[in-house]
Amino acid sequence: MGTTTRLSRIALALWAALIVLFLLFPIALIALYAFNPSNVQSWPLDGLSTKWFSKAFHDEAMREALWPSLRAAFVSTAIALVLGSLAAFAVHRFRFFGRETVSFVILLPLALPGIITGMALNSFFTFGEVDFSLTTIVIGHATFCIVTVYNNVLARMRRTPTSLVEASMDLGADGWQTFRHVTLPMIATALVAGGLLAFALSFDEVIVTTFTAGAQNTLPLWIFGNIRLGQELPLVNVVVLLVIALTLIPVALAQRLTRDTGALRPIARGRAGAGGGGAAAGPVRGGDAVAEEPPGG
Amino acid sequence: MDGGEGLSAEPASAPGGLRRVRRQVSAGLFRRTWLRATLLLGAPAAWFVLIYLAALVVLFVSAFWRVDEFTGELVHDWTLDNFRTIVEEPTYRTIALRTIGIAAAVTVTDALLALPFAYFAARIAPRRLQSALFVVVLVPLWTSYLVRVYAWRLILAEDGILNWTLGKLGLGSLDVAYSNWAMWIVFSYIWLPFMILPVWLAFERVPASLLEASADLGARGWTSFRRVLLPLVLPGVVAGSIFTFSLTLGDFITPTLVGGAGSDFIGNVVYRSVGIASNVPFAAAFATIPLLVMGLYLLLARRLGAFEAM
Repeated sequence: MGTTTRLSRIALALWAALIVLFLLFPIALIALYAFNPSNVQSWPLDGLSTKWFSKAFHDEAMREALWPSLRAAFVSTAIALVLGSLAAFAVHRFRFFGRETVSFVILLPLALPGIITGMALNSFFTFGEVDFSLTTIVIGHATFCIVTVYNNVLARMRRTPTSLVEASMDLGADGWQTFRHVTLPMIATALVAGGLLAFALSFDEVIVTTFTAGAQNTLPLWIFGNIRLGQELPLVNVVVLLVIALTLIPVALAQRLTRDTGALRPIARGRAGAGGGGAAAGPVRGGDAVAEEPPGG
Repeated sequence: MDGGEGLSAEPASAPGGLRRVRRQVSAGLFRRTWLRATLLLGAPAAWFVLIYLAALVVLFVSAFWRVDEFTGELVHDWTLDNFRTIVEEPTYRTIALRTIGIAAAVTVTDALLALPFAYFAARIAPRRLQSALFVVVLVPLWTSYLVRVYAWRLILAEDGILNWTLGKLGLGSLDVAYSNWAMWIVFSYIWLPFMILPVWLAFERVPASLLEASADLGARGWTSFRRVLLPLVLPGVVAGSIFTFSLTLGDFITPTLVGGAGSDFIGNVVYRSVGIASNVPFAAAFATIPLLVMGLYLLLARRLGAFEAM
């Protein structure tokens, strides 16, 4: 850039280095604490040990919280896959009244502050005299997970030509055959990526869960409770490492799967001119985010 | 309807018949755009209208109800008492102002941290470094929120790594754990990626020719930045601020885990009203404050062009 002096470039590079350090340091540190041999969580650690790992994995309360979390994540992901892709198809293929608001409404549960979505569902279930259980947790999670599938599938469909579908129909395929042999292969990786993101989003959600769980425990609620009360911290340290892995691995996979369409690449090169092909920082809740494609052009 | 008639006229016994039925259904559906659209959109629309939007309506309506003081039952008569309590009780006023104040401070902090970083990442860094920086921003974004707050609780603790480092450097120690300062630091950390990404995108979208023109017309680097670049990336900053502001406004986890005794947020009160006091109407009334603030903020953001920048 001709307009920046050498000195200001160095200053900016230094600033960027500091931000990188700031962003990564806490995560590296918390990974290290999983190997803390002591009961006390102070710095410096007195050595490294894996002695808490087996204790953590055999902890009864932890297991009882982990299992519902996984179940909730799987079921919400399944619901999100169905509803998200249906909505994406409808918005992609048809012009109808209120089409512009679909993307907005689908984004809303994730964009509004977590307590709003949580409180709304809480008063809704209380009003309808529905007992809080894993089912109410799943309803809450599915509602804000739909957007990840919707955005990924829609982004993929916008980038694949409709002429393929037309050609398939011209060649005599019926709707189901076209879907099975043309559309589905086209959107398959976008579906998987959206599903993985939905899973990661659901697996460590805590705010909406608090308001829809009742007496049901989940892993994030177990972690939150223990940190707040300062108990079982050596186990929490280990579980936290597991949680990092269980959310980062699906996201990394999703990133690989959608490298071509860039479902996870908010800043995609060379497409900026093509109707705002770049994307947004995903909205978040409870600290989670989706980096997704916004509706283009 | 064609598809329907096809179904009744050709019993689907033979495979050939089945095929024909399928084709006729396809053709029938193909001609009826509205029917296909309805079939596709029906389920997701029902989910959002019957569950989510209905829930938002119930939230808003129940804010005007009350809980019977003796029986603890929900009473469905209309009253403004919940809102009156929030406005008249100094405690709740303080909590609302603290929440909004810290949300604003976090937003400004993140904008200041993100602007130079995003400028470097978008316009100076070579492409390979850009990809690496992008991953660096995404990793915290996708690392469990709870985990990151916990990490900061350990960092800021009295016997944590921050004070250990300061001690080694001979700078004494800081007493920031469990305070508003801690909340400010942690929130700024947690939401920083949400500010960086839209600002980065905004910097990237500015055509180089504009800056060249500015330089040709005699503007120095700083003048170009202030008069050309900054106005063009402002929508990106506003887009990022929607996230930083909204997310801070609705949080109660960070105040619970790193805030001190007097660090309640709106979310904490809502959480306790639901969980401990079982007063859903009051919680709903208090939760409408972030909703209103965000509504106003979104209107403002739209005027500043933030939605085009997302």
